[in-house]
Parts: sequence; C-alpha cells; structure tokens
Amino acid sequence: MTEKDIIDTILTKHGREGTRLLQILREVQEALGWLSPPAITAIARGIGWPRAKVEATAAFYSFFHLRPRGKYCLLWSDNIIDRMQGSRELMHRLCEKLWLEPGRLSEDGLVFVHTTSDIGMGDQGPALLINYRVATAMTPERVDAMAELIRAQTPLAEWPAEWFAVADNVRKAGPLLSSFTPGSALRAALARGAEAQLAEIGASRLRGRGGAGFPTQRKWQACREAPLKEGQTRIVICNADEGEPGTFKDRLLLTRYADLVFEGMTIAAYVLGARKGFLYLRGEYRYLLEALDAKLDERRRAGLLGHAILGVADFDFDIEIHLGAGAYVCGEESALIESLEGKPGRPRVRPPFPVTHGYLEQPTIVNNVETFACVTRIAEHGAEWFARLGTPQSTGTKLFSVSGDVVRPGIYEYPFGTTVAEVLEAAGVAQCVQGVQVSGASGTTLTGDELSRRLCFEDVPTAGALMVFDCRRDMFEAARNFAHFFAHESCGFCTPCRVGTQVVARLMDKLAAGHGSQYDIQELSKLSRLMKNASHCGLGQTACNPIVDTLAKFRPAYERRLMTLDFVPAFDLDAELSQARQMTRRDDEAAHLFTAQG
Amino acid sequence: MSEKTTFWLDGAEIPFTAGQTLLEAARRAGHYIPHLCWHPDYKPHGSCKLCTVKVDGRFVSACTTLAQAGAHVENRTAELDDMRRTLLQLLFVEGNHFCPSCEKSGQCLLQATAYELGMMSPHFDHFFPNRPVDASHPEVMLDFNRCILCSLCEQAAKRDGKFTFVMGGRGMRGRRVILNSESGRLADTDFSSTDHAAHVCPVGVILKKRVGFAVPYGQRRYDQAPVSLLDVAEAIK
Ligand SMILES: Cc1cc2nc3c(=O)[nH]c(=O)nc-3n(C[C@H](O)[C@H](O)[C@H](O)COP(=O)(O)O)c2cc1C
Ligand code: SF4
Ligand code: SF4
Ligand code: FES
Repeated sequence: MTEKDIIDTILTKHGREGTRLLQILREVQEALGWLSPPAITAIARGIGWPRAKVEATAAFYSFFHLRPRGKYCLLWSDNIIDRMQGSRELMHRLCEKLWLEPGRLSEDGLVFVHTTSDIGMGDQGPALLINYRVATAMTPERVDAMAELIRAQTPLAEWPAEWFAVADNVRKAGPLLSSFTPGSALRAALARGAEAQLAEIGASRLRGRGGAGFPTQRKWQACREAPLKEGQTRIVICNADEGEPGTFKDRLLLTRYADLVFEGMTIAAYVLGARKGFLYLRGEYRYLLEALDAKLDERRRAGLLGHAILGVADFDFDIEIHLGAGAYVCGEESALIESLEGKPGRPRVRPPFPVTHGYLEQPTIVNNVETFACVTRIAEHGAEWFARLGTPQSTGTKLFSVSGDVVRPGIYEYPFGTTVAEVLEAAGVAQCVQGVQVSGASGTTLTGDELSRRLCFEDVPTAGALMVFDCRRDMFEAARNFAHFFAHESCGFCTPCRVGTQVVARLMDKLAAGHGSQYDIQELSKLSRLMKNASHCGLGQTACNPIVDTLAKFRPAYERRLMTLDFVPAFDLDAELSQARQMTRRDDEAAHLFTAQG
Repeated sequence: MSEKTTFWLDGAEIPFTAGQTLLEAARRAGHYIPHLCWHPDYKPHGSCKLCTVKVDGRFVSACTTLAQAGAHVENRTAELDDMRRTLLQLLFVEGNHFCPSCEKSGQCLLQATAYELGMMSPHFDHFFPNRPVDASHPEVMLDFNRCILCSLCEQAAKRDGKFTFVMGGRGMRGRRVILNSESGRLADTDFSSTDHAAHVCPVGVILKKRVGFAVPYGQRRYDQAPVSLLDVAEAIK
C-alpha cells in the first residue's frame, strides 16, 4: 500500500470525522512513523478541515511528531519518583550504549531517547514508553539488553514480554475494590427510576474524585436541567487522563474494574437521558485500549450498552474510547472536551460551563474514573451504606496511589478521613519521613511532622496520590522537578502560565546550580502570586503550589544553595530598588530585599 | 428597567447593559482597563490577562467577565498594575522586541501599554527564541519575533472566511501562529493584503512591505497621547 492508501484506509475507518482527528493522527503515525507535511495535508483534505487546523492539533500533543522519530522511540518517565528509582542514570546508560544524546535522533535515524511526563507507573518504576508501549521495572541489565536489541534492530514484538508487564499492586482493598456482577447496579438504578437514582446520589453526598471534590449530584442535576436544542443529546464523559504525577489509581480501576466504571457511566446516562458517552484515556495507557474495547463489546452483548438497554425502550447509550496523546492539561474538563472535538487541548473560557455547553455545545458531564465506580456502588448498595463510610463532608472510601520511599508501593483503599500516618504505616516506611506530596505535583506538601493530618476535604484534600520522601531526599529537587513538569505541560494560552512556568523553572535551575540569591527566592514568590491569581485555568493557578509549600516548610533546602546568604554583594540590591519602589508607590515589606546589609 | 444596572469601578459608578463585559462597559464610560488581546471588533480571547481586575475580592479577566449590578471592581490599584507590569515583562522577554529598530514602534499596543504602566525594564532574563521571519509574500511580511499570541490575526482571517492564521502548538516553546499551507509560507496561503488580518496585529508581526517609516518616529499614534486616553476616546467616539 502507498502512504496515500494507508491514510485513506484510516480516514475511512474513522468516517472522515474531524472529531476523530486525534485517533486518525495516532494511527497514521503508528503506520508511517511520523506526520509528514504531505500526510497532514492528506488528513486535512480527508476530514474537510483547513490544513492549519490539523497542524495546530498535531503540534499540540507531545506524542505526535512533525519530524521523523526513528524506528525506536524510548521515552523515560521523568517524575521525581522515577528519578529516585534511578531513571536518569538508566536513560544515560542507554544513551551511552547507543552513542547518542537524549532528545536527539541518532545519526542513522534509528533511535530517539528522551524523557516524558509521569506515565503513571510510580509503583513500579523506573518506567518508560517504548514506541508508546509501557515498560516497567527497568534495571541496568534490562537496559543493556535493550541496547543490544535496538542495535540488532529486533522488532518490538520479539522483545521480552515481561518488560511490558504492568502489576496491579493492590495492597489494601475495601468495598470499592470488591467483586461485582455486571448489570446488578444498573438494574437497581432502573428499579429506582432516574429521579430517585439522582436523589440517591445526592443523599450519598458523593464528591468528585478528580481533585476538586465537586458534589456529583449537583453537576448531574445542572446537566439534566440544561435545555437541548434540535438534534442534540446529553453527553457522559469519563475522565481517564490521570496525568497528575504520582497518580495511578484510575489505571487499576480500568485494568481490573472496568465494569464498575462503564456501569457508572451507563447509570449516569440513564439519569441524564444521555445517548453518547466517551472514555478519554490518556495516551500513556494505550496498552489498555484493546482490553477496554473488548469489555465494551462484552457489555453490548449482555444488553448493558447499545440499543434498548436491559430491554428498556428508548434507553439507548453507547461508549466510545478516545485516546489522548500526551498532554496533562487535557485532564482539565473543558480542555478534554476540546481534545475530544479534535482540537488542541486548550481550556475554554467559562461560563458557559460544560453542563450546559460541553461536547459540540451539548450538555455534558465530566467525571473522574473513580467517581463513576462510586456511582455504581451507590446504585448497588444505596446512599445510606455509602454515607456511613468516611467523614461528614467526604463520604465513601478513597483509592490512594502510594509511591516513593515506602516498602510496598501500590494502591490502598481507605475511608476518607484516614490519617497520612495510617496509610504510610500500611505501606511501610523504612526510614524517617521527611515529606509527603499529597495529590500530585499541584497538591500539598506535608512535612514529617504533619502525618496526623487527615486525608479528606475537611483537612488535606486529595485526588489520591501520596509521594513519600524519606530523610535522604532533597525536597528542593522535588519542587524543581515539578516546576519543569508544569513548564512542559502549560498549554501556552495565557501569559502568566505560559511564560511564568518557564521563568520559574529557570529560576529553580539557577538555584540548583548554586547561582541563586535571596532575590531569586523573592522572585519565585512574586511569580507564584501572579500565576495563582491571573492564570486562566487550574494548571497555572496551582503550578507553584509545591514551591510555595516547600519554601514555607523546607526553606533550608533552598538556602543551602544560595551563594549570597551571608555573602555581601558589591552593590546594595535593596537600595537599587528604591526607584522601583518609588515608581510603584510601594514601601511595604515585600518591596524590600533583606540582604546581609539590609 | 427599574433594576439598578451599574457597578463600581475604583469608586466610580459605571452604567452597563445586560450582556456587556466589564471591559466594554468601563470603556464606554470613559475608563481605561489595560488590554492587549482584546479588540472591539472581535470575540474576547482572554489570554493576555492584562485586563485582570478584582471583583469583590476575586481576580477575573475584565474582557470575558459580564458586568453584574452592584459589583465592586478594582482596576488601577497598585496591586493590579504591579501584576500587569510583570505580565508585560514576561511578554517582552518571551519574544524578541527591539523597539528602536521596529517599524511598529510608536503604534505598537504592547509598547504603548508598557509606557502607560511605567514598565522601565524587561526585568527577567531574555529567552531569545529563534523565530522565523517570513518575507515570501510580495506585499506583506511576517516577523514572529514580536508575536504576543493574541489570536487577533486568526479571528480577523475568519471574518474573511479564511484560515490563513491558526493558533496551534503547546507551551512557550511550541505555541505559535500556524500558516495554512504545506510549505508554511505566507505566499502559499490564500492571504491577500486587503484582508482584515493584514491590519489587525497589535504589534509588529504583520507588516506591509515598502511603506516602512512613512510616518516618522515622534509623530506616531502613541506619540500623540497615551494609550489610556486614545483607547477610551475611540470608545466614546
Ligand atoms: C490541569 C488539570 C488537570 C486535571 N487532570 C485531571 C485528571 O487527570 N483526571 C480527572 O479526573 N480530573 C482532572 N482534573 C479535574 C477535571 O477538570 C474535573 O474537575 C474532573 O474530571 C471532574 O470530575 P469529578 O467531579 O468526578 O472529580 C484536572 C484539572 C486541571 C485543572
Ligand atoms: S493556566 Fe496554563 S494551562 Fe491553563 S490556560 Fe493558561 S497557559 Fe493554558
Ligand atoms: S501575529 Fe500579531 S495578531 Fe497574530 S497572534 Fe501574533 S501578535 Fe497577535
Ligand atoms: S484583554 Fe482580557 S485577557 Fe487580554
């Protein structure tokens, strides 16, 4: 087949729909190796879009390549946890063996090695993507063997299968992670009726598991009440983007409990009268696609999806899986919707909110994977049962992804309100705990003295990640790693986040190199305030959380690096600023620098 | 219409009609709220964040936020102008802005706003990005070194039913204006120098060839009066 025929086959498979653009781009790239200018032109023609719009999308996602990427593309997961497990050393070892530099295609165009944002394998790193397939638990021996396989140009299919194994690592299961008969919860919901099922969710006081903790019933109610225009339907979206560094609990749900998730979506469809559903699966979890599609087929055959579900006339609902392509911001619900429409994942201006104007302007709910699993359990066991678990404002249990310096990293299910200490005790900490990063890079940094804090919306809110750092670790390096993560993931739409994340990352590098001063720390604080207050979406607003927290709680980790803590500069910085103060009509504390002289 | 339809902006009472944004209403009433990506003829984009104001203690973009009766809006406070100066500095170091040799100097909204807010230096280290200049078109050249990613060219092209300019890519190193041709050159798009997009760029990216320096420095738009005055004068006109 010629390139043109290959592209044409893929276009036909996707009905030449622009909304399927990400899927089309991925498949064309899988077939041809990269997205060449003529390929982009052909795709644009095929879906009837202006060429520039197709290129705009292709250029947005990290996993699409507008330049050749070689036969082997190896991307090392670069979260701080992977680094603590030795990912950097392994990446450099691989590069040395292959005589190449990270981020540069080899001279012969054969291999490309680089880093990528956390791929959700924190409990079994160091991990990497090999031609976008997850490989885990890397060791120097495996890396050496890998270099040989690449040099011999061995096809990926012949590489050792055990490298690509992903472990579940369920360390503590509770009522969410327990056995389930597909269809049982949906039948219970049908018996109740749509209105009563919605009331049941209200009575359970379920809050979203994606981080913000928004009451699920309120979101659904607003969507249910939103008027429909001619030809529209309501839309149910499951957010499986799981891009927050240190989080991997949705992966487990989709691997072992997909029925709970799909059934929750179907219950939502019943309550809302929605006819269409999407699972937005992060590109890193591409390896789950076939199994999930098979699961959907199984449910269709069982009458749990499709036409007249469980024999209820007019209850038509089906689910389509869309793969993302390496963009953390697509976890933000309006960016996710843009991405589903085939566009760059740029957060929308709100209002209007998705519940009234979501996917293709239709009323839409977006919920986290775990939220849908909870919905299923609530339909199955009732609101009262659910609300008895957890705390008054955070009902139910929560899945925690525990990684870092613990003996047993993996998934732990505990009721909301459990203390950090209790989870860590179960996970086993060999050394003293210096800090715990709760809820990912954008979350809260706790010190070892705060382990009695409770994991719930009343105290420390969390989407479920606990990254543990023992006393050997450097908390500054954790914050610096997160700063680079956000600089890489900013969508670039708004000024404070687009440029701010880059300046912050550069300042952290300057401190790391030992060239920093108190002045740079003040700059970090100033930029943190600006980004929090002026950024367009949650990414920019929370990007500096770890810096603000570590500056407040682990200041010595920063000050150790300053060259000017007791170094007297040749000129007085504070005095130099007098003009600036005059101009800004400020003379408050934050407008002054306190150097050794000041 | 007995309902009160005014809000407060830095203590002044501002009338508005339903559906008006804070920025539109303020401007109509003769009050300047700094802005870069907003343009009266196009849908607000909400990306530059220069128009950030504080409404009853919450930060919002004035160009995308609807006016609400009775709201208390802070605009030209030290805190907000401080933030705006920092945003301007970020924009200056992100691109390559050599004002003394720029054809747009004196009629550039970025430069004029920096003067308005008393920005005295770029403050941060420059990034010195490597951005292309496109001189392929016979009548118009593009110097993306000065692009502030306001999207006005994209919107203006759409007004002519074209997709000459489309915002795409990700992050500071990726986000850019993408041209609608396989070669990526302006000459290979359907752009014409009579398009709306030819005249909309607030900075010095989209420039007409061979008319350089027709008006000398010192006699240009923002040499006559500061942007704050010209902006509201235009609104009231
Ligand atoms: C930058 C950013 C990334 C996000 N990533 C995710 C994600 O990966 N998964 C998720 O469920 N929610 C994510 N969210 C939150 C979603 O916007 C949304 O609130 C959530 O999916 C709602 O579901 P819930 O109510 O069930 O929690 C993210 C938000 C932001 C601002
Ligand atoms: S805050 Fe960052 S991610 Fe969000 S819109 Fe702005 S640039 Fe994009
Ligand atoms: S080229 Fe001009 S109009 Fe277009 S985005 Fe850049 S600054 Fe705005
Ligand atoms: S003018 Fe409002 S964000 Fe640019």
